[in-house]
Amino acid sequence: MRTNRSFGRKLFLICNFIFLASVSLLCLMPIIHILALSFSSGQAASAGKVILWPVEFTTAAYANVFGKPEYLRAFWVSIQRVLMGTTISMFLTIITAYPLSKDSRQFRLRTFYSWFFVFTILFSGGLIPNYLTVKNLGMLDTIWALVLPGAVTVFNVILLLNFYRSLPKELEESSLLDGAGQFTTLWKIYVPLSLPALATTGLFTMVGHWNSWFDGMIYMNHPENYPLQTFLQTIIIKMDFRFIKPERAELMIKLSDRTSRAAQIFVAAFPILIVYPFLQRFFIKGIVMGSVKE
Amino acid sequence: MNVLTRMWKREWPLHLMLVPGIVLVLIFSYIPMAGIMMAFQKYVPNKGLFGSPFIGLKNLQLLMDYPDIGRIFFNTVYIAVMKIVAGMIVPVTIAILLNELRKEWVKRTFQTLVYLPHFLSWVLLSGILIDVLSPSSGILNQVLGLFGIDPIFFLGDNKWFPYVMVISDVWKEFGFGTIVYLAALTSINPSLYEAAEIDGAGRFKQTLHVTLPGMLPIIVLMFTLSIGNVLNAGFDQIFNLYSPPVYESADIIDTFVYRMGIEQAQFGFATAVGLLKSVISFIFVSMSYILAYRVANYRIF
Repeated sequence: MRTNRSFGRKLFLICNFIFLASVSLLCLMPIIHILALSFSSGQAASAGKVILWPVEFTTAAYANVFGKPEYLRAFWVSIQRVLMGTTISMFLTIITAYPLSKDSRQFRLRTFYSWFFVFTILFSGGLIPNYLTVKNLGMLDTIWALVLPGAVTVFNVILLLNFYRSLPKELEESSLLDGAGQFTTLWKIYVPLSLPALATTGLFTMVGHWNSWFDGMIYMNHPENYPLQTFLQTIIIKMDFRFIKPERAELMIKLSDRTSRAAQIFVAAFPILIVYPFLQRFFIKGIVMGSVKE
Repeated sequence: MNVLTRMWKREWPLHLMLVPGIVLVLIFSYIPMAGIMMAFQKYVPNKGLFGSPFIGLKNLQLLMDYPDIGRIFFNTVYIAVMKIVAGMIVPVTIAILLNELRKEWVKRTFQTLVYLPHFLSWVLLSGILIDVLSPSSGILNQVLGLFGIDPIFFLGDNKWFPYVMVISDVWKEFGFGTIVYLAALTSINPSLYEAAEIDGAGRFKQTLHVTLPGMLPIIVLMFTLSIGNVLNAGFDQIFNLYSPPVYESADIIDTFVYRMGIEQAQFGFATAVGLLKSVISFIFVSMSYILAYRVANYRIF
């Protein structure tokens, strides 16, 4: 394409670049500010000297955070829920999306089943009935309350079933003709071929589990069962120390001073920052793939 | 009969595969739907769903008489609609501007930077915002102070709170929103631009007459789908940022249901409020899907 590079055009390109650069930096600024705070001394932080670079560099806040059994325990609960939740959820997504990806001639009740799942996006019982269901199942204060209620993510199922459908039908036909059953066809042909889509949904699920805090707050009565984000919610946002034993209260207040808060936020964000490069490589592809339909 | 058995022989593995998913969805989505009965009961926890007395529409009546209910519905719709509109305009604009960048790696770098907040939870982002917006020590008020502006309590002032919600929501989500629009932009046929250029259109006119019309279908689709969100003002965000002094401008249906149900254990009443929201949302969401199907031939599955 021939472009006419007049003076006005050049000016626009420069302004556009500067504008987008400032928008991107503005987006990151709060996060960098917190990072700088977390590496600054307590005095410098409360004197308001810290902007985007640590003042009086120290790792004391991090030492403080990692020295707290409460924080580490919450971190461990989060890791458990991510591992269990993602495994269970991915298994269910794979196995649920496959039958639903068939057309109604191959699988008569497909439309009925699809609506059965899709209806749950359209309508839900609401907070209180959900809470009471989990409670009546005796799942309060167990990891299952964090893992099972959201295990079938209909959004991911739809994403994956659209991906399955984009694979050539001949693959399935020849596999069935060669005598493989549906299960073998799914594991030996569909799963290996849909690895990019599975990576996308898997990473999304992991991030979702790492980030959720509300279920931890309502389903866990004892703070020692809190996942990390719920723990941070009570300590950083609500500054609620009611649940903490008195002899630990002083330590908890220490955890809530400005630099420690910053360090805790950053440590909780760190796992996301690690998977971020992968997320972003896969997920654009994943989203585009999932939305392509015939 | 013969046909049925043949069908069963062929299809049973497919049915079997659905069993685990169906069981879980039944337990965690459909059983709670039956729990909606509570909305019409004076629910007593130790009597349970089947022992509690039915009181008809009393809970709904209670809701209508609740003094702040108009405020709560207004706040919900007000914040949600502003978020929908801002969450549309900003990503579209940024996508168009990003598309003008010539170097692919520059475009990708900017994109990577702006959608980082999308992947952080509202707990962490709220922790960051509470610090940054603090009237006594927050960096934003320090900067404003340089210009002689008195500290503003952004999260404690009813005048500011709804707008802080909208702006911080745009901050978290606009980068992610640009992905869809950028994808739409790259699918515009380049020969359209060539034709426009031959006709003497400059870059600005090309944007107006080629780019925007090319994006229109996806804009319409995204807008239609967002209609379903008019009652979702963002529980995660508001719950982590609000406080009693700003309930007047910040309290939304979801936070109200939480306080009534979980904190005060008025299960029947809270369920009734939640049900009202679910029903209205259901109507809006269904409408948006039907509209999206009619307008853009969009189908969920």
